[in-house]
Amino acid sequence: MKRLAVVDIDLCVSCGACAKACPRGAIGVYKGMYAKVDAAKCIGCGLCARTCPASVITVVNMDE
Amino acid sequence: MNKQKHWYDYLWIVSLLYLALGFVNILCAWIGLLCFFIPLLFAIIGGNKLYCNRYCGRSQLFDILGKKFKLSPDKPVPNFLRSHAFRYGFLAFFMLMFLNMLFTTYLVFSGSAGLTQAVTLLWTLQLPWHWAYSGGVPEWAAQFAFGFYSIMLTSTILGVITLLLYKPRAWCVYCPMGSMTQLICKWKHKN
Repeated sequence: MKRLAVVDIDLCVSCGACAKACPRGAIGVYKGMYAKVDAAKCIGCGLCARTCPASVITVVNMDE
Repeated sequence: MNKQKHWYDYLWIVSLLYLALGFVNILCAWIGLLCFFIPLLFAIIGGNKLYCNRYCGRSQLFDILGKKFKLSPDKPVPNFLRSHAFRYGFLAFFMLMFLNMLFTTYLVFSGSAGLTQAVTLLWTLQLPWHWAYSGGVPEWAAQFAFGFYSIMLTSTILGVITLLLYKPRAWCVYCPMGSMTQLICKWKHKN
């Protein structure tokens, strides 16, 4: 089962802490507005979710 | 996780140095304007938050205190703190206090008020700070330095309090500069 980080873009403060935590460069701040996940790169490890100061990232199970 | 370190990963040293210099010579507080204008320029011209994402020394400092020194319990911030109402309300309050500081500077400039050699913490607590000033500039310039340093020290203290209670970078959730630059980016990229 594929796991993926999902961002609540309404509450995201676009600080970029997630991008610093991600070991695969799979998440980044999109045009200063919110964090965006590259689903192809994300392995759902949850490091971004753990570091997010606003706790707006959750890791979900995706049905392949 | 071993990412390559860049020069900008060490900007926390500059933040620390800035705070220390305020204890020695208050006029150094003027340098802090860079933390005000650079993020705004990134947002207005570039339409991004590269300052928050990469160059903010304060967030690096909070990360070090929280993660390396393990001072942060790493708990999620309460819901109200990350709400739009609180974030934008705090931004409005911060800007109001900033304008108030500029007005105080104007009063000294116009001669209606004398120079107050004090640093005001959390907008209320006035601490004598005369040792860090020995003249040499117009009084209004010194007044601005005391006022600006008060803002910088106050926001650092708030950031430290929230890192001790929640996540290391909890300050970033309600940082007025962060909220303001995000708003600018949202406006700029509105279709």
